Amino acid sequence: MKILVCMKQVPQKDAPLKLNEASSWIREDVSYEVNEPDAFALEESLRQKEKHGGEVVVITSGPARSQQVLREALAKGADRAIHLEDNAFVGLDAFNTAKAFAAAIKDEKFDLIFTGLQSDDYGYAQTGVILAELLGWPHATIIMQIEKTDGGIKVKRELEAGFFQFVDMPLPAVLTIQSGINKLRYATLIGIKQAKNKPIRKVALAEVQSAIGENLQKIERLYVPQKTKKTEHIEGSPAEIAKKLVDKLRNELRVL
Amino acid sequence: MPDTILVVVEQREGKLNRVSWETIAAGQAIAAATGWTLEAAVVGGSASTFAAEVAAKKLAKVYAVESPKLEPYTPDAFAAALKQFLTAKQPRLVLMPHTYQVRDFVPKLATAMGRAVISDCIGFKHENGKLLFTRQMFQGKFAADVSFTSAAPWFATFQNGSFRGDKAEAGASPAPIETVNVEIADIVIRNKPQEVFKEAKQAVDLTQAEIIVSVGRGIKEQKNIEMAKQLADALGGELAASRPICDSGWLPMDRQIGSSGQTVAPKLYLALGISGAIQHIVGMKGSRTIIAVNKDSEAPIFEIADFAIVGNLFDIVPPLTEEVTKAKAGSQT
Ligand SMILES: Cc1cc2nc3c(=O)[nH]c(=O)nc-3n(C[C@H](O)[C@H](O)[C@H](O)COP(=O)(O)OP(=O)(O)OC[C@H]3O[C@@H](n4cnc5c(N)ncnc54)[C@H](O)[C@@H]3O)c2cc1C
Ligand SMILES: Cc1cc2nc3c(=O)[nH]c(=O)nc-3n(C[C@H](O)[C@H](O)[C@H](O)COP(=O)(O)OP(=O)(O)OC[C@H]3O[C@@H](n4cnc5c(N)ncnc54)[C@H](O)[C@@H]3O)c2cc1C
Repeated sequence: MKILVCMKQVPQKDAPLKLNEASSWIREDVSYEVNEPDAFALEESLRQKEKHGGEVVVITSGPARSQQVLREALAKGADRAIHLEDNAFVGLDAFNTAKAFAAAIKDEKFDLIFTGLQSDDYGYAQTGVILAELLGWPHATIIMQIEKTDGGIKVKRELEAGFFQFVDMPLPAVLTIQSGINKLRYATLIGIKQAKNKPIRKVALAEVQSAIGENLQKIERLYVPQKTKKTEHIEGSPAEIAKKLVDKLRNELRVL
Repeated sequence: MPDTILVVVEQREGKLNRVSWETIAAGQAIAAATGWTLEAAVVGGSASTFAAEVAAKKLAKVYAVESPKLEPYTPDAFAAALKQFLTAKQPRLVLMPHTYQVRDFVPKLATAMGRAVISDCIGFKHENGKLLFTRQMFQGKFAADVSFTSAAPWFATFQNGSFRGDKAEAGASPAPIETVNVEIADIVIRNKPQEVFKEAKQAVDLTQAEIIVSVGRGIKEQKNIEMAKQLADALGGELAASRPICDSGWLPMDRQIGSSGQTVAPKLYLALGISGAIQHIVGMKGSRTIIAVNKDSEAPIFEIADFAIVGNLFDIVPPLTEEVTKAKAGSQT
């Protein structure tokens, strides 16, 4: 199976984020990491390749720094990478991001495309499904298991509140992958070494420009949300905090 | 024709999803602010059965969009049915709840119509004639106001809990109902879904627990779970967790709290090293008292906490367990 994995670079989970001066975006001087479900999507593609053979290709769109996610993916076992490299790519909405991807892979023949189910930064939860529609392929979302069948694949969709559903579908298809579908591997030293010789195809903005258009939605402003609940801070040394808290549990909340 | 807002309510497994009332409440609020007309649509194999229930709300009209091909749910059939219907009706704004099912088909539907979805919104603003939708960004650390720059119809989905479903206004008289039969060719539907099922039998029923101590990724390692367990035991409560902890197998799945786990409302919910992502919060925000311990003073969990302890949980928890144990021993003598 030939699988494409879409991997996005996002600010690190624990990174303290600050608004920029214009309050239009966050300050960009933060550390980045790969979007968590995308890491699970990569792992799943590697497992499918180990079972059924084929090729794993990873793709990202973003500035030079986002090459890091491709390097890591190559070190873990992806065969090659595609980088839509330009600062302009990060400002595209999900519709245009998907259009840029579709244009960048028009000469390839994938059986499967994996995306994460949503990004950890903006969480639009749309790019994979949009890409499927642009390609005219079927899709399934929030996937927790993938098996090859005679006619295509059988996937396990997660539904709300602990429910699941198996779905049979033909190939090619787009799947959006949920975190926790598998256990992630670490890159090995050999892997990191081999990655240096694996190809990364760079795609410039000009190459896909004719496929993309104006954003269909506009982020007008970004701000710190207003707190609606009254929160009482309990401060002091750990021992003092413990005492104060137990006092509350006993006398105010009456749970002790 | 005046501008219309169309709320597409959700029915699954023969029941109207309660979150639909929230979306109707959202639609009523936007209609009041803009002066646009509010209508609703039920989509499904036997949509008309639900239409009457929906028509009791204050709406100008209710459509039952029907086809046997809509049962069971597939994204292909839903997108095809709604595309036909919306292309004919041309509403200005289409609202839906941000459920797993909607996430599954609405980006496809909008793309097929060359339009965009502002997803997972928590509110709206109507400023100088411009409609803005508020959504959380960066896992709740920020919010953004987002506008549409495309032609109508516009699509927006609302997060669970953004509006009060019980505030959806009833109409003076039932809204008229129109059944719309849509044609869906067999070849359109490519996925073959099987029955919906629940994975494992639940060994613990956290919904009955009065006190829950819940651990998140801040607990760092599996062996540290024991420390939280001791606190839970001292309090006479149950241990629960955020999703990544259960995904890693550190605690069984049936102790997961959140949209894909259990929904609880204990007297006390003590969150240790949990950031407060919305998918976690929907499962515990009904708790009577929420205490959060987190080293990051800006963690979104503090937005909903009654008591906040900014600090290292490894420093806080052991003395707390000790103090609780002492207090309990004291109250018995
Ligand atoms: C300064 C700035 C301004 C912006 N302004 C706007 C704006 O006005 N309007 C607007 O709509 N958007 C804007 N964006 C971009 C927007 O926030 C998102 O990047 C875009 O809409 C995609 O949404 P998402 O990342 O939440 O994707 P989701 O749909 O949540 O992502 C799902 C999956 O798709 C894949 N994917 C998505 N993006 C990429 C990528 N770049 N590379 C590889 N894989 C990817 C991943 O597998 C991911 O898990 C702006 C961004 C920046 C930095
Ligand atoms: C469709 C979908 C469904 C989901 N369903 C669920 C669900 O049912 N339940 C659920 O929980 N999640 C769910 N999630 C995942 C959710 O989005 C979050 O990723 C998850 O809740 C984060 O878990 P966390 O808070 O434990 O981890 P993180 O977000 O990594 O937060 C860890 C926190 O620990 C703090 N911390 C670190 N070290 C310490 C220390 N020493 N002392 C104190 N604090 C510390 C950090 O500051 C941080 O705030 C779902 C996601 C999606 C997309």
